[in-house]
Amino acid sequence: MPESTRMKKHLVSLASAALLALSFSGCALAERGYAVAPNAKHQQECGACHVAYPPGMLPAASWQHIMGNLGKHFGTDASLDDASTREITAWLKANEGTGRRGGEEAVQNRITKTSWFVRKHDEVSASTWKRASVGSASNCSACHADAAKGNFNEHQVRIPK
Amino acid sequence: MLSLKSIALCVPLSLALWAGAAHAQTTPAEQIAGYVAQSGQPAQAARGQEFFTSKHGKEWSCSTCHTAKPTVEGKHASTGKVIAPMAPAANDKRFTDAAKTEKWFRRNCNDVVGRECTPAEKADVLTWLASLKP
Repeated sequence: MPESTRMKKHLVSLASAALLALSFSGCALAERGYAVAPNAKHQQECGACHVAYPPGMLPAASWQHIMGNLGKHFGTDASLDDASTREITAWLKANEGTGRRGGEEAVQNRITKTSWFVRKHDEVSASTWKRASVGSASNCSACHADAAKGNFNEHQVRIPK
Repeated sequence: MLSLKSIALCVPLSLALWAGAAHAQTTPAEQIAGYVAQSGQPAQAARGQEFFTSKHGKEWSCSTCHTAKPTVEGKHASTGKVIAPMAPAANDKRFTDAAKTEKWFRRNCNDVVGRECTPAEKADVLTWLASLKP
């Protein structure tokens, strides 16, 4: 085998190994982002009206704003007793978003306005969001069937008609 | 396959939910009696229905999310989340936890009426809901 061919083979296998490593670390990152041990109060209270959005979807500062204004929560009164508010706030902040999901404070404290959310959903057309079966971008489980369990795997997305 | 991780995640949650369910300690009839006592007047189911299905100067009525015949599932007007039926005959968990009842009246009356509901209004609504048959 000529020297150059051997070099090429080496490069190809090096590149594949690097890609493989990258994809593994990608999975690990995704898991770190969402798969935190659940908090029962968070599931019960936040999950009463919408998917209990994983704490890793927003930075601590955004969670602080949201939890400090539950009386005016995106158009509804979602106020809680003080003990529940304190417990959920502390847990959300302790498990805040890191990396791309932690850097920026969300516009209007909306997950759907973060740059990572917009990028991840850029192929979803405006008319798809408006379908009766979807209703709004806050309705994660319309397309992510296991959203309530923190599973947002893009390979399991099923967009309803 | 059930991974160790998902077991680690789900077991504490299930336990917590189970512990939460064990809180239930009252009945719809007891709560109606409590509100009637506070208001000092008898409850009227028809007045409760009228209150539940009408708008009160704001965007939503109770029935916007809970439907006008709450023996069926409702749907949250902004998030689309399915809401279990409100009528005890269709959902035996309803009005079995006084603190939960009060929490939701406080928040939802603020959204629908722009103030807290009176004990008479709560008694009327609960009496109507308790009278519904699936």
